Amino acid sequence: MGDLNLFGRLLEWMPFLLKGFGLNILMSVLAITIGTTVGTFLGLGQLSSLRIVGWPSRLATQLFRNAPWLVLLFYCIFLMPYQVSIGGSVIVLPSWLRATIGFSFPVAANFSEIVRGAVNSVPRGQWEAAEALGYRRSATLFRIILPQCITRMIPPWMNLYALLLTATPLSVIVGVEEALGRTQAAVQAMSDSRMLIPIYLSLLAMFFIYTWPINRLSLMLERRFRTK
Amino acid sequence: MNFSSSSQPLIALRGVRKSFGAVEVLRGIDIDIRKGEVVAIIGPSGSGKSTILRTINGLTPINEGVITVGEIRVNDPKVDKVKLRHRVGMVFQQYNLFPHKTVLENVAMAPIQVLKQPRPQVEERARKLLGEMRLPDKASSYPGELSGGQQQRVAIARALCMEPEVILFDEVTAALDPEMVKEVLSAVRKVAEDGMTCILVTHEMGFAREAADHIYFTDKGVIVEHAPPADFFARASDPRTKEFLSKVL
Amino acid sequence: MIADIQTFFRHLADSGINLTIFYDAFDFDRFVKGLGNTLLLIVLSAFFSIIIGSAGAAVLTLGKGPATVVVRAYVALFRNTPLLVQMYFFYFAIGSIMPVSQNEIGLPVPLLGSFSWAVISLSLYSGAFNVETFRSGVGAVHNSYEEAALALGYSRAQAFISVTVPLALRFSFASLSNNLVDLTKATTVAYAVGVAELLYVSNQIWSDSLNTIEMMNVMLLIYLGLTGAVVFIINRVEAATHLPGFGLGVG
Repeated sequence: MGDLNLFGRLLEWMPFLLKGFGLNILMSVLAITIGTTVGTFLGLGQLSSLRIVGWPSRLATQLFRNAPWLVLLFYCIFLMPYQVSIGGSVIVLPSWLRATIGFSFPVAANFSEIVRGAVNSVPRGQWEAAEALGYRRSATLFRIILPQCITRMIPPWMNLYALLLTATPLSVIVGVEEALGRTQAAVQAMSDSRMLIPIYLSLLAMFFIYTWPINRLSLMLERRFRTK
Repeated sequence: MNFSSSSQPLIALRGVRKSFGAVEVLRGIDIDIRKGEVVAIIGPSGSGKSTILRTINGLTPINEGVITVGEIRVNDPKVDKVKLRHRVGMVFQQYNLFPHKTVLENVAMAPIQVLKQPRPQVEERARKLLGEMRLPDKASSYPGELSGGQQQRVAIARALCMEPEVILFDEVTAALDPEMVKEVLSAVRKVAEDGMTCILVTHEMGFAREAADHIYFTDKGVIVEHAPPADFFARASDPRTKEFLSKVL
Repeated sequence: MIADIQTFFRHLADSGINLTIFYDAFDFDRFVKGLGNTLLLIVLSAFFSIIIGSAGAAVLTLGKGPATVVVRAYVALFRNTPLLVQMYFFYFAIGSIMPVSQNEIGLPVPLLGSFSWAVISLSLYSGAFNVETFRSGVGAVHNSYEEAALALGYSRAQAFISVTVPLALRFSFASLSNNLVDLTKATTVAYAVGVAELLYVSNQIWSDSLNTIEMMNVMLLIYLGLTGAVVFIINRVEAATHLPGFGLGVG
């Protein structure tokens, strides 16, 4: 009976936790969007033959790739303004949004490396063949090379998204009330140490159920693209 | 090198069948090989030649039939693998030397680690074999530093160092550049002339003709015919053999 | 000499860049301790994660049945859930059912402190990635090498240890280097369970001395240095174990 009671209480708190998990998903979707956009430019920048573009792109990529996510998060939380005024209107930046921007940096850097790696994986002969046909460098990149390697970028991009989602609970440290924050709140409210293991397990399960299929799909796609 | 045909065969395959999934690659193979004999197995690609070799030392388990090497029943699931592979050596098409071991270690490691023979004795034997393979100064090189022909000769020394009774040569010149084929073939010939029982799968018809005592021709998983080389190349009777020979000769 | 350095940084503080750790003995002390704890976290977790990774890869390669299922489940669970939640799960949830002893003045002392839990958690997390790394390293070794060993009478386990593993290691360095860089970065997560590592003490220092930007920059530089050092060490090991004519892109 006691066990049933624990389970019942867990179910009662589930909607509360799931709402928090919704915030994790929202942050991850926003951060992957921003990160992928910025990362594309950074990645193409890394490949640029112009030193003024290539060098800063490589530097930014290495910097944000090798810095701990949590440290970048702290930068965004402590050093970004609480509100910005654009024109006349004032936009408040809640901490979850600042955290999202914090996550976007490492995502952009990682995606930049994915772009660079994918482009470099196309054999040199393709560039030479295009050059022999009179294509210019940028035309070769956009018309010949990128169309070949976009499929190759999808699996690592999906892995990156999964990694990002599992990083979003770090934002609890800077006060964002996502799934982990809500779990802690629920633990306090229940003040029952028997609930600790079940509630943390269900939190882990939540992430697992969302992330595992993504990583599986990525692996499947990777295998399929490799055999082609 | 002819032995009386009444003597007991060292190696015998009887009705050997093997399938990979739905594909039957061996469809009833019978072969007898006597001690000291040199046997060449020839045939078109995909005819199952290499699979026959690999069943003899148990690398490829068979589905049906019997294989014996001396008193060892190879297809017995409880066969003593160490004993079997002590008696049956193998040289591969791609040499398969261990890239992280020096040439001397490659030759000496199995007798030391598997047969538990004393190191000084094995290393002395290994150096002698490297000398016979005309590689005396390569003992401390790594395989990656040698040419393909040299690597293959190391592989032959490695097989010999186990002191086997028979050596299986699996297309040992197929991966080599043309100028290295000769040096490896003369190494194989030396092994054969020293009295080792040899089974070779080869595409080198000239070599098979002069070095082998007996030739088996396989096609589509069966042995089409077999004869001493003089007879085989002069009077092949089966149309499949004739067709094959007209292509390769 | 030391006094000069301290004077220099005091003057620098007057001009707006306040690096207390270079002139204030107390801040310097806790900063060094934090750095030491971070290094210890990296070294211990790297050690255990490599052991876990090797054992897991060995089971996946040689084992069959239930053992491989357990390893696969472990890898999937730890790779697909957040490290921070794992660490909280260990520290708060598992920690709550661990035996507690008492110290001499009667205060409860848990069997495992936050540092131990952080090492366990980081090792298990990074270990799951290392299992994959070593397993694909093994997969990259062409099975003709194992076959050659079998033909020489080696058993599967013997062939695995003396032939496959030494070659597989050489295929694993790039990925292992990545994993250890990630581990180095992940040690910051131990902050969340109160391990006084670099991020934790930096936070303390900037809260006390109000030099947030300076401390963050110092900390960032140190982490970049640490990840650089990890890459450097692995590259050196890789170069030292390089084999002529063997490796990615060769034969």
